[in-house]
Amino acid sequence: MKSSSLFLRAAGASLLIFGSLLPLACSTDGSASKPERLPVLGLKHNAPTSPGDTLPDPVPAFRLTNQEGKEITNQTFAGKVYVTDFFFATCPSICPKMQSELLRVYKQFEGNPNVLFLSHTIDPAHDSIPVLRDYAERLGIKDASRWHFATAPHDTIFSLARAYMTGAQVDRTVQGGFAHSGTFALVDSKRRIRGVYDGMEKTQVDQLIHDLPILLKEEAETTIAAK
Amino acid sequence: MSCPASSIIARVALLAAVSVTGLLSLAGCFTERQNEGAQLYASHCANCHGDQGQGLQRLIPPVAGADFVAQRRADLPCIIRKGLKGPLVVNGVSYNQVMPGHEDLTDSQITNLLNFLQTHWGNKNQPYTIREASDLLGRCNGSDGQ
Repeated sequence: MKSSSLFLRAAGASLLIFGSLLPLACSTDGSASKPERLPVLGLKHNAPTSPGDTLPDPVPAFRLTNQEGKEITNQTFAGKVYVTDFFFATCPSICPKMQSELLRVYKQFEGNPNVLFLSHTIDPAHDSIPVLRDYAERLGIKDASRWHFATAPHDTIFSLARAYMTGAQVDRTVQGGFAHSGTFALVDSKRRIRGVYDGMEKTQVDQLIHDLPILLKEEAETTIAAK
Repeated sequence: MSCPASSIIARVALLAAVSVTGLLSLAGCFTERQNEGAQLYASHCANCHGDQGQGLQRLIPPVAGADFVAQRRADLPCIIRKGLKGPLVVNGVSYNQVMPGHEDLTDSQITNLLNFLQTHWGNKNQPYTIREASDLLGRCNGSDGQ
């Protein structure tokens, strides 16, 4: 009695192990014929409108102001892919490291006008447009149309941070007064998040540099298919 | 002539034993605080000043090969303890950022950290004794005497 139940458990466990290997084997087989695609990430808040409606919510409509005082909206990024993060100019903890990593990505794709960058300040009270312009220039970013340093009211920024799967909130107990994570989100031309990376980890930023061309290839293929 | 092989072996063994014990006790002195300066730099400074002290463009000044590190030697302990705000010039480039203070570091930790900086990455300056660093920290009422 005892030994048979043990056997059953072992059989069950091995079924679980092999069962979990099975879809893996299938997906590796499939990738040979299908082009490589990045996943679509994000949260779904609204109830599905049809059984097939399972995709996460797209990045919501936004209206921000960049370091040149120009208004930027979703339309600014139409037909492009972009990488986004959240920072503030006087941030003494993770921002310099994070922005130096994003700068590394920027340098890799500096020659490609289809790749844009968008850094949101989470301290709009301090980071006025002149402060953002000075920050961008000091970082060595001369072309504001390639890397936007953007501001908006606090609520807008914090809800956008959630949409881009980044944590950002007021926290008087931490240095600088804001708690936030160093997440980079990769967004496609259909306002979908296609990758989330820890900007404090070199290996994850390397992954972003690896993933960007895959997304650009997909974008190029779907543009041709649409024509 | 009166030196049998066994006594040589014994002497060698004794010597080996002594030197091994010596090395072990020496290592015991340093294990916890070996390279403390480099470790403190990595945990407290590298996010902003870079993992090789290179700084970040014109936002964050370098500490590697920095004239500021040599010229402001006497001010550095207080800068580490209390932080720094406002414009400054390093190697001819002007910067204007906020550096946070580090009240959590002891006098001896600040000494080790600064001694690492003063003797690495192209900086060849005089290191501090803990007493000197404590005295310099007294200028900003920043010495904790530890």
